[in-house]
Amino acid sequence: MAIATDPPRIGAAESAPRTRAPGRRRGNLGAWGAVAPLLIYSTVFLGLPTWALLYQSLRRTDPGSGATTFTTANFTQSWHGIYLTALWGSLRLSLLTAVISAVVGLVTAHAIAQSRGRVLKQAVQTASGVLANFGGIPLAFCFIAAAGTAGEATGLIRKVIPSFQLDTFTGLVLVYPYFLIPLMVLTTLPALEGLRGQWREAAQNLGGSTWDYWRHIGGPILLPTLLGGFVLCFGSAFSAYATAQALTSGTVPLITTRIASVISGNVLAGQENLGMAMGIDMILICGAMMAVYLPLRARSARWLDT
Amino acid sequence: MAGHLTRLRGVRWWRVVVLGVVAVYLFGPLLSALWFTVYNSRLHQFSLSPYGQMFSAAGFLTSVRMTFFLALTTIALEFVLLVPAMIAIHLRLPRLRPVLETIAMVPLILSPVALVAGVSTVLGWGLNDQGSWLFRLDADLQNQSFPLVLPLFYTLFVLPFAFRSLDAGLRAIDLRTLVEAARGLGAPWPVVLWRVILPNLRTGLLSGAVLTLALVFGEYTIASILGFTPFAVWIVQDGQGSGQLAIAVSLLSLLLSWAVLFLVSFLGGRRSAATPARSA
Repeated sequence: MAIATDPPRIGAAESAPRTRAPGRRRGNLGAWGAVAPLLIYSTVFLGLPTWALLYQSLRRTDPGSGATTFTTANFTQSWHGIYLTALWGSLRLSLLTAVISAVVGLVTAHAIAQSRGRVLKQAVQTASGVLANFGGIPLAFCFIAAAGTAGEATGLIRKVIPSFQLDTFTGLVLVYPYFLIPLMVLTTLPALEGLRGQWREAAQNLGGSTWDYWRHIGGPILLPTLLGGFVLCFGSAFSAYATAQALTSGTVPLITTRIASVISGNVLAGQENLGMAMGIDMILICGAMMAVYLPLRARSARWLDT
Repeated sequence: MAGHLTRLRGVRWWRVVVLGVVAVYLFGPLLSALWFTVYNSRLHQFSLSPYGQMFSAAGFLTSVRMTFFLALTTIALEFVLLVPAMIAIHLRLPRLRPVLETIAMVPLILSPVALVAGVSTVLGWGLNDQGSWLFRLDADLQNQSFPLVLPLFYTLFVLPFAFRSLDAGLRAIDLRTLVEAARGLGAPWPVVLWRVILPNLRTGLLSGAVLTLALVFGEYTIASILGFTPFAVWIVQDGQGSGQLAIAVSLLSLLLSWAVLFLVSFLGGRRSAATPARSA
């Protein structure tokens, strides 16, 4: 079982021709009734907080007069000073770790796809699903034991990077790939396994080199999956909070830790709603990634099914 | 031929190196954590005492019990919402599948931090006028010993995982035939659901439930920002005090949840691999 990101098999459900049964209309009503609670639930519980965010982010209470007005000041401020630094820090960290994880994950997935053992593949797929999604706080603590101030491997790492500290940007760059590499493997492995041996043979028979094969056949087929995996890694790193908070307690400026500290009241009077504006900034960035990712996923799914 | 062989060997070497490096990176922290918890470098002696201490640590059992009940609530809510909807899209409304898939994707990309900022605002609204039903509801949702607000949002964030497991489960059985047979014999819908579909969905339900359990036990962001102390938040609070204990608990919880998840999905994988022809 692939846990998070195996592509959908669109159309599998409606492949069988169906006869129009009597009473179908009533049945459809019943079916809508079965789907409706889920739709309503997700609309309410996603929509209500988002609406509250949007509303509050546009309001500001003046600490002097106590009057609350609609304003874009929160947004302006969220793009300046320490808040911009935090956003920038998050983007830099996510980009760097996503690039590292995408490259390492792809190479790993390729190495696994080449091997013949079915058990190995199943084990890797399951392990990736587990590692990619179920780390968080416990994982951060394992890294503290490994590479913290009194860690077992800290001396070894300091031989390579003399000034290494786990609670810094560099430390996070070391930890984040732990859950991003498995995510990349999980996303790309099905696509790599979908590459047919016949395609490579056909390219060879037509006189193409290995480079030609990857340039004209393998590459273009894999590209949507690779980009999709990269976007997913980026998004996952961008929205990660638990790991960063446990490792750095907010000393590395990141948007997630900054939002959390603003919500818990760590802000000047009158600026309480800055956290909401930053939340909206985040949702916009996540939304943009979603808009990139969903079409890519649909594109790669097409190849995997045939 | 010889060239082919050396090429193959080259490929294999490269593969061993890559997998080796990744394996060291993945297992290194776990082994370090294990060593850190059993070996005291000042006294130069081995001891398993951190693993024994955890049960008597202040707050450990309370947080575990609370998290367990939060997980059970989440699982129940998840299945009540998802099972009928999934059956409906498999049987009658395949058109709605993309909609559900997109909804199930949102939590993967949406940051819990952003959402929880909105949640804390909404929770604040209810506290405006004391004594009203809204105030009481709000207070109940934020009950410190059992914060009902958490499962409400955990249900959303578990959706992608539960969706996948249930979908895999429904694909593995011939749902249409089963339902038509049962209906043809005069069974009403509740009976079909309870005595025909659910028993056949055991593997999917089990893996969905286990995934949910693991996710809820690992969840830190929402709970800590809203100010509750389930398991993961307790580890962090406790970790400020004694180093070894927090790491022992972390390692144990990671290994335990991974072992269970691994077992469940491996069994699920074996079962669906054994019956590939039935869905065709």
